[in-house]
Amino acid sequence: MSITLGHYLSLGAVLFALSIVGIFMNRRNLIVLLMAIELMLLAVNTNFVAFSHYLNDMNGQIFVFFILTVAAAESAIGLAILVLLFRNKSSISVDELNTLKG
Amino acid sequence: MSIPTGLFYLFSAVLLFAAFRVITARNPVHAALYLVLTFFQGSMVWMLLGAEFLSITLVLVYVGAVMVLFLFVVMMMDINVENLRAGFWTHFPLIALVGVVIALEMSAVLMGGFRAAAPLPDAASDVPNTLQLGKLLYSEYLYPVEIAAAILLVAMIAAIALTLRARKDSKYVSPGEQVRVRAADRMTVVKMDASAVDAAPVPEPAPDAAATDAPLATPAAGAKP
Repeated sequence: MSITLGHYLSLGAVLFALSIVGIFMNRRNLIVLLMAIELMLLAVNTNFVAFSHYLNDMNGQIFVFFILTVAAAESAIGLAILVLLFRNKSSISVDELNTLKG
Repeated sequence: MSIPTGLFYLFSAVLLFAAFRVITARNPVHAALYLVLTFFQGSMVWMLLGAEFLSITLVLVYVGAVMVLFLFVVMMMDINVENLRAGFWTHFPLIALVGVVIALEMSAVLMGGFRAAAPLPDAASDVPNTLQLGKLLYSEYLYPVEIAAAILLVAMIAAIALTLRARKDSKYVSPGEQVRVRAADRMTVVKMDASAVDAAPVPEPAPDAAATDAPLATPAAGAKP
């Protein structure tokens, strides 16, 4: 039996569910939250590449290219905010982020 | 079972195992290293799909740049892991149930819906993937490429501006003030009336030249007739 499009989409779905579980479990650890977001983006990009291959359309890979760009910018700014948080609070726990009570 | 099929299952198994270890690792450094393994397996899966350029880009950008940034930040901070992992496994059965339901439902729909989709015969199979991507990027998607460059520039400036810490005790000259300086700010010309030096009352013979210049410099001396 050969690998169909459904196999790759299922791989992306399982990876996406795994990262959702990771976000739920690491509610306090901000670093692992960022890593779970990166895993989600990898799952979505895998879907794009699989559709691009099986539909023989290069535009999906172009989209993955831009998602990679934006994800790199997002992780850089997220880690900068993390460094700023650790400098001010000496902790990276999400529970410490309660000073913006509005 | 052909070789690509076996490779797909091998890469997928290692990918899912590494992703599971990322979200359950106790040490954040281990989580970052397992994330490196995850991205590497993901790039191998993309390579199976024929996306060579994006596969290499994923390794270069993520394993080479983003994950080094993650490891740098993790190692720079002194993290109290025990405090962060308090109550880590308390809600695990509910969370695992939700995750398994999501994965099974999506997989059931996707495996049923896209089973018949076989890879189409590739019309331009002799054209390399990178060449096709480059032609599209620099013709049809030229404007989005420039927007992406602007996004990267904004992200770089934002990351530097967020983490820049200006020291209060450092002695430095502001370049803006240096540029804006004018000659009138540095030297002031005082208008005064001309007066004879010998008419000024000299209390005693000045021993040095500074004392004789003093009545000339003060405007009060020139006010006397």
